[in-house]
Amino acid sequence: MTTETAEPALICGKCGCALETGKVEVEYLGNRFPVELPRCPSCGLVFVPEDLALGKMLDVEQALEDK
Amino acid sequence: MDGQRIHEWESRCVEEQPPACIAACPVHLDVRAMLGCARTGDWRGALATLVRAVPFPGIVGRICDAPCEGACRRAEAGGAVRIRALERAALEFGGPRPPPVVGKSLRKVRIAVVGAGLGGLAAAVDLARKGCAVTVFEAAERPLGRLYALGEAALPAQAIDADLAALASLGIDLRCRTPVDAAGLGELAAAFDGVYLGVGAATSGWPNLDRDGEGRIAVDPLTFATSHPKIFAGGSLRRGGAPYSPVASLHDGRYAALSLDRMVQGASLTAHREHQEPFATGLYTDVSGYLPAAPVAPAEPGGGYAADEARAEAERCFPCRCVECVKVCEYLAAHKSYPKRYVREIYNNDCIVLGNHKSNRLSNACSLCGLCEAVCPERLNMGEICLEARRSMVDKGKMPPSYHDFALRDMAFSTGDAFFLARHQPGMAASAAAFFPGCQLSASSPERVEAVYAHLRGALPGGVGLMLGCCGAPAHWSGRSGLFRETCDALAAAWEELGRPRLIAACPTCRRMLETGLPAARVETLWTTLAEVGVPARAAAGVRVAIHDPCAARDDRATQRAVRRLLTQAGASVVEIDAPERTTCCGFGGLASFVDPGLADRTVDRRIARNDADYVTYCAMCRDNFARRGKRAVHVVDLLFGGEGDAAGRPDPGFSRRQENRARLKSRLLRNVWEEPVPETATEPELILSPEVAAALERRLILHEDVRAAIRHAEASGEKIVDARTGRCIAGHRPVAVTYWVEYARQGEAFVVYRAYSHRMRVAKEAPE
Ligand code: SF4
Ligand code: SF4
Ligand code: SF4
Ligand SMILES: [Zn+2]
Repeated sequence: MTTETAEPALICGKCGCALETGKVEVEYLGNRFPVELPRCPSCGLVFVPEDLALGKMLDVEQALEDK
Repeated sequence: MDGQRIHEWESRCVEEQPPACIAACPVHLDVRAMLGCARTGDWRGALATLVRAVPFPGIVGRICDAPCEGACRRAEAGGAVRIRALERAALEFGGPRPPPVVGKSLRKVRIAVVGAGLGGLAAAVDLARKGCAVTVFEAAERPLGRLYALGEAALPAQAIDADLAALASLGIDLRCRTPVDAAGLGELAAAFDGVYLGVGAATSGWPNLDRDGEGRIAVDPLTFATSHPKIFAGGSLRRGGAPYSPVASLHDGRYAALSLDRMVQGASLTAHREHQEPFATGLYTDVSGYLPAAPVAPAEPGGGYAADEARAEAERCFPCRCVECVKVCEYLAAHKSYPKRYVREIYNNDCIVLGNHKSNRLSNACSLCGLCEAVCPERLNMGEICLEARRSMVDKGKMPPSYHDFALRDMAFSTGDAFFLARHQPGMAASAAAFFPGCQLSASSPERVEAVYAHLRGALPGGVGLMLGCCGAPAHWSGRSGLFRETCDALAAAWEELGRPRLIAACPTCRRMLETGLPAARVETLWTTLAEVGVPARAAAGVRVAIHDPCAARDDRATQRAVRRLLTQAGASVVEIDAPERTTCCGFGGLASFVDPGLADRTVDRRIARNDADYVTYCAMCRDNFARRGKRAVHVVDLLFGGEGDAAGRPDPGFSRRQENRARLKSRLLRNVWEEPVPETATEPELILSPEVAAALERRLILHEDVRAAIRHAEASGEKIVDARTGRCIAGHRPVAVTYWVEYARQGEAFVVYRAYSHRMRVAKEAPE
């Protein structure tokens, strides 16, 4: 899973750093995948955009639920 | 799931039984398929279907005695379909006949056929198709002599010639003027691998074969075996004086050929031959919905159909099917097949260990409403099968968590402290009865629940306790047997505590669940109780409504009658939508709407289109689902206990309000009825939602409380994302198994919510590299 480059306008509310696209791990029903997501380079706070959550992520969730 | 039960369910659905015409045809021509092609003008397809079953279509299309037409169900609506004439049409318009397909056989099997009548030649054709070398011995100078003798008017010689010519490619060795006598038959039996004897009725002799009581050669009616292991016989010789039936001879030749083939292969002669003889089909077909239509008469009297006439006649075939259940159920129709297939599919899905479970939704989108059972001639209930499948999925850990999670959390809210309550009537130490309004009426109409409870306290002696809680239906419907049991046990404990009062359930589903879960309790519906004790007079004077019985009350005649009586007494004029036992689900049943929301909407939409009047019902979920889809609808309590205002125009409260209403009902009752000081529960922070955002939250099953929790978490911890362009904040919060994202901005003490969405996948919060 990948997503478009993070919108530069997103800033970590805690650290004040601009979010950068980076590798994070997502997990569902025991399955793990690396994905590229906007995250805070300082504290690691991750953001999941709406189109990803309701699009590809949902598809993968449903596929895994039917395994 | 239990394979035995699956098989029992599967075998009850009659949809795959043949229509009456096919069952009655001695060679079981697929009449329905042939006519299906014909009605679309696909004459090639019609002909291909015909020649697969009938090797002599030119002959049969003119002189068949057509028992199919005698059985055709169209006879009940204008007259039987002229099937034979359509066979003739198929041959006429179907283009060149498809040549017979010859199978390969490993060993050269040699078969002798004695007698070149229809039966003998049919046997010869079938065996030649199977790759046998077939020799036909005929005493006369040409085959099918009896048919040529019928005369040009009945059966033109050219039609017979054409049928014979079409079979030339099979390489059958036809020896005319070659009579076979008793000695000859013995020699053939020795020299060939098998013999079919089809010599017509007149022949006597054959001392080497046993006779039956009437002096005819003894022939087994199923296998066509004679007393000689290699000789099989059929046709007129076994039918004695019965009128000649060409298609009966075809039947004998065809199924004797099957026996000969099995005999040479050493296979069982008798296995799997149940439906060989013409039979009465078990296929149920309701023909009452078809307008009568008379058979099409050919323009040329005595001639065949023109192509357009034939098409018009073929269109008179219904075609026969059962699918009674599919006609009335959106869910069954949506999956494009019928229960016999669905049962198998659900079972196969259940058996998959590794791989994709393609039919999870099939087992979980049924609303368990029981309508299929009510309309099925065999009383098959798909809901039972689906529920069984769900339990199995849960037991195996294969139930998709997203299906029922939201509904089960909603149930947990109702069984938890926020709503649960069991009390004696204030000032009483015992309860003769206890009112169980259920979680959904409390969620939809909390004020009415208060009014009804007040009325019951005044009307019933011996103390009317109150039990607020959930009956456990979501646990039951979702296949969580353990959770359902726990829920019932908790209710049972509270009921014991109240001194085992009789229970008065407002919701028909609650009534059913309580009866299952608390078998020791006497459970009745609010409506039968009210019908006994009476209601405020003429509260619904002048109201005209169409009544929708909730699916859970399908079989509860007493309640159905009580509701009607109450409404009439209150002054309402009530019209029926349908027979009560044919009512449908509102989509909430079986938690179907959480698994396939679009399907649930179509189910509701179909129901609300049935009558223009406002609907009245006695299930709060039905009422709210109708309202959600734009139908004006009231609950019976709105009419009996309503105040001012347009109850039928009340919108669906939505999931968030449902929970708030339950909690508020509990505190109001405690405060007003039991006079206990209950602190106002704060719902903080206050949210500001546009109608669009509110609708999206509802669709996405995100509660306002989920949004509040996310904002509270973000504001307290500082863990949030700021969109520098808009200045809005984005909170991400995962209380348990779902991550909620909320985009918001502070406005004074409140928060404006711009969007919210969720996912189930867990994102690891990575440490920086
Ligand atoms: S009503 Fe449905 S389940 Fe019953 S026999 Fe007909 S097709 Fe099968
Ligand atoms: S209506 Fe059609 S399918 Fe039914 S019995 Fe007649 S020909 Fe057969
Ligand atoms: S939704 Fe109702 S009618 Fe349809 S299959 Fe399920 S139980 Fe039967
Ligand atoms: Zn940070």
